[in-house]
Amino acid sequence: MTPPPLLEVRDLSVQIAGRALLDGVSLSLQAGELVGVIGPNGAGKTTLLRAITGRVARGGTIHLDGAPIEALRGRERARSVAVVEQLPEAPPTMRVSELAMLGRFPHLGLLGRETSRDVAITRDAMTRAGCLDLAERLIGTLSGGERRRAFIARALAQEPRLLLLDEPTAALDASAQGEVFEVIRTLADDGAGALVVVHDLSLAAAWCDRLLLLHGGAVVASGDPREVITAEHLAHVYGPFVTLLTHPDTGRPLVVPTGLDARVGIDARP
Amino acid sequence: MIEDPGVRDRTRADGTAPSTARAPWIVRVRSVSPFVMATAALVAAVLIGVTQGTTAIPLSTTVAMLLDRLPFIAVPVDAPESWSRIVFDVRLPRVAAAGLVGAALAYSGTAYQGVFRNPLAEPFLLGVASGAALGASIAIASPLPIDSYGFAWVPLFAFGGACLAVTLVYALSRTGNLTDNATLLLAGIALSAVASAITSFLLLTGGPNTYPIFSFLFGGFNTASWPRLLVAVPYVAVGALLVLVQARALNVLQLDEEQAAHLGVDVKRTRLLVLAGASVIAAAAVAVAGIIGFVGLIVPHAVRMIAGNDYRRLLPLTAILGATFVILVDLAARRVLAPQEVPVGIVTQILGAPFFLYLLRRGRSAGSL
Repeated sequence: MTPPPLLEVRDLSVQIAGRALLDGVSLSLQAGELVGVIGPNGAGKTTLLRAITGRVARGGTIHLDGAPIEALRGRERARSVAVVEQLPEAPPTMRVSELAMLGRFPHLGLLGRETSRDVAITRDAMTRAGCLDLAERLIGTLSGGERRRAFIARALAQEPRLLLLDEPTAALDASAQGEVFEVIRTLADDGAGALVVVHDLSLAAAWCDRLLLLHGGAVVASGDPREVITAEHLAHVYGPFVTLLTHPDTGRPLVVPTGLDARVGIDARP
Repeated sequence: MIEDPGVRDRTRADGTAPSTARAPWIVRVRSVSPFVMATAALVAAVLIGVTQGTTAIPLSTTVAMLLDRLPFIAVPVDAPESWSRIVFDVRLPRVAAAGLVGAALAYSGTAYQGVFRNPLAEPFLLGVASGAALGASIAIASPLPIDSYGFAWVPLFAFGGACLAVTLVYALSRTGNLTDNATLLLAGIALSAVASAITSFLLLTGGPNTYPIFSFLFGGFNTASWPRLLVAVPYVAVGALLVLVQARALNVLQLDEEQAAHLGVDVKRTRLLVLAGASVIAAAAVAVAGIIGFVGLIVPHAVRMIAGNDYRRLLPLTAILGATFVILVDLAARRVLAPQEVPVGIVTQILGAPFFLYLLRRGRSAGSL
């Protein structure tokens, strides 16, 4: 018998002020998997993460390792699930090492002091997030990519089995995007599960094992990137302004803007 | 955070030490020296405070008298009885009161800053001090039985006033933008104005109570006595403990609320406990010495520059240095225009207001206000 998936979401629905933000969303994620959540603005991607972490009221069931996630509260949940928000804040005068060490909070009692083990785990988290060399730097002095990696280090110091990331590469240049995804990919390869909200479809297709395409709060498609990012789905969800290509080396989908040409109609293409 | 020599050595051995010029990060985290320095400064301030006065008593004699009072230590003291009375019944309670109030104000300022995530929050600017003063004035003006020290009910009413003030300020600032520093301060100013107006009304219509209220509000430490001081100690102790237990949660709250919640902090509970603790402490300080502004701003700011962002270090350090600061300010207040005394609150306001404006300007230019 196969073990239960790390994360199993069934028939998730979220309503706020009578409006359905999510409707009947299901997904499952195995340990070691990197799953991307894609979809246009307002599709419910961030709401999905917030529902999993219990920040919004929801219908449906969410199981972590086969047990209802709501059975885990507060620090107990933070030991299993780590979240990196879209625009996390930290005081500009805080050091990267201090930020990373805050990830040990759920593992210590209110009066507990960090032991050398906590120091070692924090160091390891910074190493894996690729920011050990930034340990002494102040948050306020970091570039966008460095900042993202510092917050990922904080999340890794929690030693989570499941990592939820909300657009970890937004507003980063191409090389910083690659570095951040390299970190996330390695974590998944090391056995953690990662659910990542991604705006950039090509980026999502390039790095994720599976994708979940949301539109208007419902799942349009899920599975292998090649099956999710299809011309048909793109036209349905994103309209005429994008074109689907295939990466010449990897065979993974590439989505590029169509721009002006879309105005004369997709049919006008040669 | 903690220092681990082993890890530090390994850092150097495997050559992965940070490339910055600073020492490896782990070295810094548990240096004891700020505590030693702060304690030394406090001891020096106490000794100066106890030595200085209209009657010249040599430092050596003062130290001998103090040591002799400690259990298990006998020191031959060659001093007249009147000196002993001056030191133990006049100067020492005054220094102790200044120390307690300084520690309380600085500590509660640090706590408010942590819970409001606002570097300008402190009892005076939040209106908590005015609220506490109003509560205390009501206690004095009321027909409640007040013992010979005028004190049994005062801290309790001060706490009531402080809690009311902090609740109102919190509610008012929450309706606006949560991260908006200005809203919080403006709410504090508005509340202060109302509380001060009512206090003034009590003063004007107080009849026989006018003088007690007046001397309480502007009392500073010249009316300090052991009984009056001891009434306030349990409030400060309980409040300090409430806040200290939440120190690690305050560390996490330096991040945004979402992150704190994801890290397992019960944000509402932490907020409630820290606000209650800080307000008990601030109220006790007001009950001892009336309104003394800006201590909760100046001291925590200076300590943050020395000690960084860890509340487990910040809180005790601000208490020690807050005590030191107010003892020295009180010394200046009673010596500068001697024999005339300047109320301590006036001195701290003259020092604090420019400092506040400096922080405000700097904050604006850095875009955090």
